[in-house]
Amino acid sequence: MSSTPASRAAVRRPKYYDLSLAHLPPPGLVSIFHRISGALLFFPVLPLLLWFLGTTLGSEEGYRRFADWYAHPIVKIVLIVFVWAYAHHFWAGLRYLLLDMHVGIAKAPARKSAVAVLVLGVATAIAVGACIW
Amino acid sequence: MVKQYTKNPVGAHYGTRGFLIQRFTAVIMAVYTIAALAVVVSRHPVGYAGYKALFAGAFGLFTLLFLAALLYHAWIGVRDILIDYVKPMGVRLGLQFIVATVLVFYFIWAAALFWGAK
Repeated sequence: MSSTPASRAAVRRPKYYDLSLAHLPPPGLVSIFHRISGALLFFPVLPLLLWFLGTTLGSEEGYRRFADWYAHPIVKIVLIVFVWAYAHHFWAGLRYLLLDMHVGIAKAPARKSAVAVLVLGVATAIAVGACIW
Repeated sequence: MVKQYTKNPVGAHYGTRGFLIQRFTAVIMAVYTIAALAVVVSRHPVGYAGYKALFAGAFGLFTLLFLAALLYHAWIGVRDILIDYVKPMGVRLGLQFIVATVLVFYFIWAAALFWGAK
């Protein structure tokens, strides 16, 4: 009876955590950044977005207040980081939808599309940054 | 010799449902993202009146649909993160309760903003 699932789970196994992202291949980087950007979008982006929409749509005074903050360079830098999180999550999500439909699922195209996602996320952030600066 | 697969393969398919909903909501949000960019570029709102008029009618309702999809998507995503990293069941369930409550609150907030916006 030594191989029942319960007794195997009880065996203490060594744990090895490699927290350095530098060794990850591109698809691994896309995956962990998908998770990090998703967490960022849940907090703080989502409550800030609702607060922004509520305040700006609520009154002209609230709209003006945000327009004043928007002129500040630190606000724009934070905004560009949020745009990266959204853009990376967007492009990586499209890649996962394609992989789910078995498009580009072999090793070489999957690696290429992962590099494309990483580049597109940063490129989108730079493009939006150039527009709003 | 290859080890026998011992895990019980019969389940309620809750995982499959979450997997599918995550993808359906993603498609809604992707379409909205492109539509919102197109609307902002084509209508080019100026000032408060133009900005407010943007969300009156169909686009406001589409925004509410986007936010509803986002909140459901966020629930599945955050729950997956908690399942992966938070092992003590009591802490995990407590955090899940807080996240679910916050998301329901956000939905009420979003609905108050965009339901029947003029």
